[in-house]
Parts: sequence; structure tokens; C-alpha cells
Amino acid sequence: MQKEKYERPLIQKMNAGLMNKFGTRTEYEPVKHIDNVPVKEIIKKYGSPVFVISERTIRRTYQQALRAFRTRYPKVQFAWSYKTNYINAVCNIFHQEGSWAEVVSGFEYRKALGNGVPGNKILFNGPEKTNEELELAVANDSLIHIDHFDELYQLIELTDKMPRKPRVAIRVNMDTGIYPIWDRFGFNYENGTAWNALTKIVASGKLELTGLHCHIGTYMLSANAYAVAVNKLCDLAHNCKSQLNTVIKYIDMGGGFPSSNTLRGAYLPASDTNPSLDEFAEAICSTLLQQGFKQDELPLLMLESGRALIDDAGYLLGSVLANKRLSDGRRATIMDFGVNLLFTAFWYEHKISPAQDFTHHTEDMVLYGPLCMNIDMVRETINLPLLNRGDHVVVHRVGAYNMTQWMQFIQMRPNVVLIDEKGETHLLREAETLAYIEQLEKMPVHLKEFNL
Amino acid sequence: MIQLRKNIASSDSGFIFNPATGDSYSANPIAADILHHLKSGKSVAEIKTLILGKFDVEAGQLEKDWDDFIAQLREANLTEN
Repeated sequence: MQKEKYERPLIQKMNAGLMNKFGTRTEYEPVKHIDNVPVKEIIKKYGSPVFVISERTIRRTYQQALRAFRTRYPKVQFAWSYKTNYINAVCNIFHQEGSWAEVVSGFEYRKALGNGVPGNKILFNGPEKTNEELELAVANDSLIHIDHFDELYQLIELTDKMPRKPRVAIRVNMDTGIYPIWDRFGFNYENGTAWNALTKIVASGKLELTGLHCHIGTYMLSANAYAVAVNKLCDLAHNCKSQLNTVIKYIDMGGGFPSSNTLRGAYLPASDTNPSLDEFAEAICSTLLQQGFKQDELPLLMLESGRALIDDAGYLLGSVLANKRLSDGRRATIMDFGVNLLFTAFWYEHKISPAQDFTHHTEDMVLYGPLCMNIDMVRETINLPLLNRGDHVVVHRVGAYNMTQWMQFIQMRPNVVLIDEKGETHLLREAETLAYIEQLEKMPVHLKEFNL
Repeated sequence: MIQLRKNIASSDSGFIFNPATGDSYSANPIAADILHHLKSGKSVAEIKTLILGKFDVEAGQLEKDWDDFIAQLREANLTEN
């Protein structure tokens, strides 16, 4: 006789009172497949935990974003934000789709060059650029976004021994009604510092002022803030034309568009609160078109969106290590992935789905990672079906920042796998080994031996 | 030996009512099964054998979950001891 499916015995107190208008269940279906590839098979082949990236989702999201802007404005160019996910294969998917590269360090700059991005299609942002890096960027005719006056003078000094005039933009910070203002990057608009920088650039005669850049914040929940930013950048662009006799060729609106992850502590899910990419595109493009630029002087609209283009394409598959009960009776579940891999767990209430069948019984639990460290908590409270040791889960929307901000702390980083558009899996980054971690360490001779 | 409080009412569908506190609980099918056996006076060993015969579960797993379930009953104040 076939035995019945087992589920851990559970009783749950029934609470009388006001109904929660959102209901209590968050998950009704297990997620057994990603792009038609069984989760079980991926874990069997590549281990647990494992990051999975969907090529199909990346391309579809990118194309949707491009369409949102191109249907509203004639000259649009995306530049892939390397810091969001700089696994080379991921970058190359964006480059295949037509994206340039946006980098914020010499390390990222060389990564983009290594991937084959032409130097003149790399935007070099960020507050730190060494002399050597600036020389390399100028030699490659890259677009250098100046962050502060010290960098401006550094670049002017370097121009004497440079083969060509550097093409530059400045990063502008401003009040768009969003607080805190990100005024640590770039030159301020309201107090006139940005205009001062622009006049110095043109007056030097040594730099080619090409663009204006801003990046007003991250995970922005107001499309109107971008309209304010466009107005202010265009005001500078008009003044450049009329007072400095310089036509601004591109306006770079940066990124900061949210993904559909829900922020920690948010009352409503992100799908209910976040503006769509179309709303951001409408705010930016319609404001830009109202600025009175001549048709042949319409600036190129540059966008450096990262999170909104990659978050949905990333999954983290993991397994349950243990169940336990805390001193106050709450259920705690320990997973084989923690904040070492899921850095965004500090900001988001990640959607987590079981990867196998379950009944309608659920329990509230705390979800911990495997680190022997108190901060390692993936979800402070989550309602999930009854999970047993060895069960698998799928964490959704982890494509942004996790594969760059992950920590080699206590545990090593796992495999990263791509599912291509045909449903084939490819290893993009091998799981780390002890030899890999230790290869840069040196042992002084007198510390080589000991007796215990 | 685990003993449920005598006045605890429970149904086959997994509804539990504690008249002393007014609290009610819902049990999943296997928990309802165990409560039914406990009420009928079966010993812990007998119940475990019945569960192992009926459900697809290893003895080790059941042992671990049993302890957790008893802790849940105690936490809910449904047991005498």
C-alpha cells in the first residue's frame, strides 16, 4: 500500500479579530522550474546554493526598457551599469543588445575593455580615477564624468601629455524633491558650483565638454523627480550654448529606477507602489522634448539603469539546513544561504518560494542563513509552507548587486549559472575553492611551523 | 506519557477548542491524527508506530518532529503535564 505524503505535525492558533485585507498566504504555487529547467536538476548539477540567471528575462527586460524610452524620444542610449552585476557573460548580454558600458572604477573600466567594449562607448563615472586610469580613458576616447574640482584640475594637468582632448561631462547633484539629496557626488546645481565647473572646463580650452550627467538617487519611487532633474540639466545645457558657445551632446539621467522587489518595512508590495518604467520614461522624455532644443541639437538621452534591468533575471536557489524553535516559540528555519550571498536582504523583503509541492498549511518563521554571526537573517518574518531539512527554495529577483556585493565571509561563493534562451545551462562563474581564496596570501617563513 | 487536557475538544478535520481559555487552533491532518490517538489513550510508542505505518517518513525525522509537536502542544497549554 502506498503511504501517504508526510508533513510535519502542526497546530496553529486561530485569531479572531479584524481580517488582514491582504490575506495571510503569499505563495500558492511551488516554483519547480526556472525557464522550464527543473530546480532540482540545477541543484543536482551545480550544487546548493547556486545563483541562476535567465538570459531570456534579461533580454526581454532590456528590450521593454528600450522600447519605453525610444517610443517617446528619438535618441536614446543605454549604458550597462557594471557595478550592478559585472559577471562578464551578463555584461555581454547587455552589450549584444546594444548597451554601452558605465563603470565607476579602474577595475570596472578594464573589465569593460576586456569584454571588448570600444573605449569611446565607455562612460567613466565615480569619485576615484587615478592618473593612470584617466590617461588610459583619454587614450581610448572614453567619456569621463568629472565628480569634483580636484579631479577637474587633475585632468587639466594631465592634458599636456595626452594625445587628444579628453571628452568630459560633469556629474550634477540637485534638489529634485527627494531626500536625502545625493550631494556627495558631483557638483551642486542650486548653489552654482555646477555652473562654475562648466565655465572652468570651457575656459581651460583643454577639455571637450560633451555631456551633463546626474544620478538623483536609488530605488526612486517618484517619476516626477526625474522631470525636475531634466529641467535643471537642460537649463545648464541652454546656458552652455548661449554663454559658453558649447552644444551639449548628451544628457545622462543615470539610473535609480526601482525593480519589483519590496523594500523592508514597506506596507504595500512593490508591485502596488512602484512606478513603471513607462512612467519614468514619460516623465524624462516629455520634459526633454519641451525644452526647446533645435531638432539637430537634440541631446542624446543616456541611461545607466542597472537594478531595473537585471533584478528580475536573477534567482538564488538554496536548501533548508535545519528547523528549530526559538525561545519565544517562533519557528526558525536555517538556510544554506545568508547575507553573505544575499546582500540585498538588508534592504528587501525578498520573495521566497518553496521548490516542491506543499499543503495549504503554513507557519510564520524567521529565515536565517548559515553564518555563525547574529546579523545573518534573510527574512525577519515570512509565512511559508512547512519546510523540512533538504527542501529547496527559490529566492526571486536577486540579479542586482548580489553578485557584486557578495561577501567571502565564513563561506565561499557558489556557482553562478546561466539559462540561455534555448533552456541550456552554462556555468558563468565557478564556485570558489580554498586554493582560490588563499592564492594571494603570503606566509612569512618564521610563521610556517608550530607545535601544539 | 503525554496527556491532553480532558476538556479539550477536537474534530476529525483538525479543529481544536480549549474551553478553559477560549482559544481555538487548527491542526494539519497528521497533527489531527496524533491528537485523535492521544485522546483515545494510546501510548507514544503505539502512535509513532501507527504514523510510521501510514505516512512516508523516516523514524528519525518523526522523532525530531514529535518533540517539536509536543512543544507546540505545551506552548498552547493543551497538555496536562
